[in-house]
Amino acid sequence: MRMTEAEEDRADAWFHALADRTRRDILRRVLAGEHSVSALARSYDMSFAAVQKHVAVLERAGLLTKRRQGREALASGDVQAVRSVGAMLTELEGLWRGRIARMDELFAQDTPPLPQHPTDVPTDAPTEEED
Amino acid sequence: MPVTDVQHDLDALTLTITADFAAPVERVWEVYADPRQLERVWGPPGYPATFVDHDLVPGGRMNYYMTGPEGEKYYAYWDVAAVQQPSRFDFTDGFAVDDTFARNPELPEAANTYTFESTDGGTRATFVGSYASAEALQKVLDMGMVEGSTLAINQIDDLLAARAA
Repeated sequence: MRMTEAEEDRADAWFHALADRTRRDILRRVLAGEHSVSALARSYDMSFAAVQKHVAVLERAGLLTKRRQGREALASGDVQAVRSVGAMLTELEGLWRGRIARMDELFAQDTPPLPQHPTDVPTDAPTEEED
Repeated sequence: MPVTDVQHDLDALTLTITADFAAPVERVWEVYADPRQLERVWGPPGYPATFVDHDLVPGGRMNYYMTGPEGEKYYAYWDVAAVQQPSRFDFTDGFAVDDTFARNPELPEAANTYTFESTDGGTRATFVGSYASAEALQKVLDMGMVEGSTLAINQIDDLLAARAA
């Protein structure tokens, strides 16, 4: 059985929310513990409003929840949301994909065909990806 | 991107990932047969794995730990069930209580089968992992990757690249 329609929709929302480096970083922080939005904003070289927007995208994707305490908005990662079976398998998938990518890199580093002039060979030659 | 297929079986709580590597089967096998190579690929970013015992034979034990960013250690093991070098091995993996590598009975084990087949371009690898229950899967993620969610996000670039492909 593949993912259901609803799971695909949710995955789309997550991938959108996570397709941004700052949002991924924010989510890392709030999964580790509750942070005020203003404290988060101080961590980035961007306006409070911009950080607030990123927080809102994560909130809409159901990855983050907010509560108010006095004047402060406190954000935490919604671990429950990331805990449905589909999400759990997706999480494992990420881990496995990482392993596979690292294996691929390892193979790419294997001794290339004999170079003509060993000294000319760059030590960190970029590898061509075939797709 | 070598990943060619991903299947989530929500009923059987099984994840199956197929990948095509541009390397011969023997080379792919070597990654699992050589603890130093396995260490380079097993632990997610920020959580390097160290294999203390490595015995890839039927009935063999693999004991390893992952070290987190704060220096915290997570002890785990593989119990190797069957080995058909270089095409397949089966193992259960689980968490250990500490550096004695005694099984932590409160945490579930997962059953895994890795197979490697020769193809024109190299090797098709199929990785299958199954959990006994959703609770088991959740415990594994809660504990295992303790910051499991965080790890997944660290890997998300790979996922995005795969989706875009």
